[in-house]
Amino acid sequence: MISTKNIRFSYGKGTDFNFPDIATSRGESLLITGGSGKGKTTFLHLLGGLQRPQQGEIIIEDTNIASLSEKKLDHFRGKNIGLVLQQNYFVASLNVLENVVLASWLATGKQATEKAKELLVRLGLSEHLHKLPSQLSIGQQQRVSIARALINEPKLLLADEPTSSLDDENAFKVADMLDSLAKQYGTALVIVTHDQRLKDRFRNQIALS
Amino acid sequence: MITKIAWKNIWFKPLNTALSIILLTASVAIITLLILLEEQFEKKFNDNIDGIDLVLGAQGSPLQLILSSVYQVDAPTGNIDYTEAKKWMKHRFVETAIPLAFGDNYKGYRIVGTTPDYLKKYGAEVKNGKVFAKNFEVVVGSEIAQKLGIKVGDKFFGSHGDAEEGEVHDHQSYIVAGITSPTGKVVDNLILCNIQSVWAMHDHGHEEGEEAHDHDHDAAGETHGHDEHGHAAEEGAEHNHKDGHDHDHATEAHDHDHDHAHEDVQISEEGKEITAVLIKFRSKMGIVTWPRLIAQNTKMQAASPAIEINRLFTLFGIGLDALQYLAYGIMLISGISIFIALFNTLKERKYEFALLRVNGASRLQLLSLVLVESLLLCVTGFIFGTIVGRIALSLISGSSETEFKMSFDPLEFVWEKEGYLFLLTIFVGILAAVIPAVKAYGLNISKTLANA
Repeated sequence: MISTKNIRFSYGKGTDFNFPDIATSRGESLLITGGSGKGKTTFLHLLGGLQRPQQGEIIIEDTNIASLSEKKLDHFRGKNIGLVLQQNYFVASLNVLENVVLASWLATGKQATEKAKELLVRLGLSEHLHKLPSQLSIGQQQRVSIARALINEPKLLLADEPTSSLDDENAFKVADMLDSLAKQYGTALVIVTHDQRLKDRFRNQIALS
Repeated sequence: MITKIAWKNIWFKPLNTALSIILLTASVAIITLLILLEEQFEKKFNDNIDGIDLVLGAQGSPLQLILSSVYQVDAPTGNIDYTEAKKWMKHRFVETAIPLAFGDNYKGYRIVGTTPDYLKKYGAEVKNGKVFAKNFEVVVGSEIAQKLGIKVGDKFFGSHGDAEEGEVHDHQSYIVAGITSPTGKVVDNLILCNIQSVWAMHDHGHEEGEEAHDHDHDAAGETHGHDEHGHAAEEGAEHNHKDGHDHDHATEAHDHDHDHAHEDVQISEEGKEITAVLIKFRSKMGIVTWPRLIAQNTKMQAASPAIEINRLFTLFGIGLDALQYLAYGIMLISGISIFIALFNTLKERKYEFALLRVNGASRLQLLSLVLVESLLLCVTGFIFGTIVGRIALSLISGSSETEFKMSFDPLEFVWEKEGYLFLLTIFVGILAAVIPAVKAYGLNISKTLANA
C-alpha cells in the first residue's frame, strides 16, 4: 500500500531526479528498472524513508512519510518498511537469530524470538540460527536479510538489486521467494534492479529514464 | 537490549577490549592501592599519636625518637637518666607522663617497661588475666598472643635488644599475667611489663654474673678441698670438669634466692635509665616552649610526634604523588586506547549503524550504544582495578606485617575517594566515546548505504 506523487529529488549541482508516480497495493509487486545513474537507489531510499524528497508525497498506509519528523520516521520505518539491501549488513557480533530478533525489538520494543525462528526455518536457515552472519554464504546472508525485513510484517517490502550477485537459477528462486512472501504477508513489494532477467518475471514494471 | 548488543560488541574484538581493560585496571588498581594505603597508613599513624603531645628522649634524630618510642619501629636514640626525666614528668604543665624502658624482645616483639597508664592511653583492656603488678609479670598484646598462641600463665625468656637473635636472658623468665583486647594500635604488638622488670633483668644480669662468678670460685674451692681430701694427687682435667658442674648448680641456686628477694624489694631508682617519656600536657604552652627549654637545659630532647609525622608524610608524599601521576597517566592512555578502538571500528561499523537505523533505531539509540560500550569497558576496568588493588594491598600487608608489625585491611572501602575515582573512570569513558558517538549520531544512512 504505497503511492507517490510528484517526487523530486536533487543532490545539487544539476543532478535532478523527477520520479514517476507509482502505486502498489498489498500483495502486489512492482519492478523498477533503469540503467546506472538513473536514480534507482535514490528512489528506493526515498521510498524507504532513508532520504527525504525536496518535493512531493510518499504515502504509505495513509501516512505521508515525507513530512514525518526524524524520530517518527525512524519508528515508522522500523515498523512498516522492510528493506533488503544490495549488500547484506548485520550486527557482526550478534548471531543470525539475534540479528533478526533485534529488528523486531527496535521496531516494537518486544523480542519476537519465536517468530524469528519460524521465519528463519521457513527460509531454510534452521541449521544456522546460532552462527555469526559472517559464517554464512552470500545466498544465506540474503535470506537472513529477507527474514529480518519481514519480521515486523511490514506494509512495504523494498529490495535493492536482490539478484545481481546470483546465478540464473538462484536469481529466479529469490524472485519467486520475495513474490510469494509478499503475497503471504500482504505486503506491497517494490524491487529496484537493472537485472534484465527479472523483467520477464514481474508484470508491473516501471523504467526510470 | 542496547546493553546486550554493546556487551557482545566489546567481546567481538577481544584484543582491543583486553588492552583497554588492562590499562584501566592498572590505573584503577594503583590509585585504589594508594588511596587505601594513604588512608590506613595515616589513620594508623594518627591513632597512635592521639594524646601524646611530646616525647622526651635521648638526643638524636627527633624522627627516630618518635618512630622508636611511639610506633616501636625504629631503634631508640639512647637512654635518659630517670631522675632527671622525673623532674620534668612532675612539672605542673604535665597532665600525664608515661615512662618507657626498652630492653628486650621475645621472638622479635618488643618487651617494653612502662606503667599501666600506657594501656589506658591506647584504650587497651586486659581481656584475660590481670595487669602486670609484680616484677617480670607481663601483659601481652592481642596480636602476639594470637600469633604465638600465648596464654595467661605461660613463661618465656626474653632476648636482649631489638633483634630476635639477641643474647637470651635465660636466668630469668617472664610470666604472662594478662592479654590485652585488640585495639588496632601499636600496643597489639607489644609485650608490656613494669619498668623495674627491665632494670632488674639487666642490672641483675650483671650483678648476678659477678656473683655467680664468686660463687663459682667458692664452690670450686670447696670441691677442690673435698677432692684433696679424697685423692691427694689429682689431675687438672678432672678439676675442670667438676668446676663446670658446680658452676651450674650455683647459678640455679642463686637464681632462686633472687626471685624471692625481688618480689618485695624495690630496686632503687638512683642512677637508673629509661628510654623515653610520652607526655600529655595540661597546658598546651608546654608543646611550644618545652622543646627549646629541654634542649637548652638538659641532655635530652623533646620531639612533637605531630610535627615529625607531618614531616615524614611530606617526604612520603613526593613518592605517593609521583605514583599517583603515573596512575593518572595510565588512565589517560587507557582513555585514548578506548577512543582509538571505538573510532577505528566506527569505519567498519558505519554500515552496521546504518542498518540499525533502517531497522528503526533512532539516532539517540546509536549514540547510547557507543556510550554504553565505552562505559562497559570502564566499569569492568574499574571493578577489576578495585579487586587487583586490594590483592596488591594484602600482599603488601603481608610483607609489612613481618617487617614492621603493621598490617593493612584490604577489605576496607574508602567510599568517598573511591567514589570520586569511579566518577573519574566514568568521565574518561564518556570523554573517549564522545566523538565516535556523535559521529554515529550524525550518520547519513542513505549516503552510507548508497556508497557501499
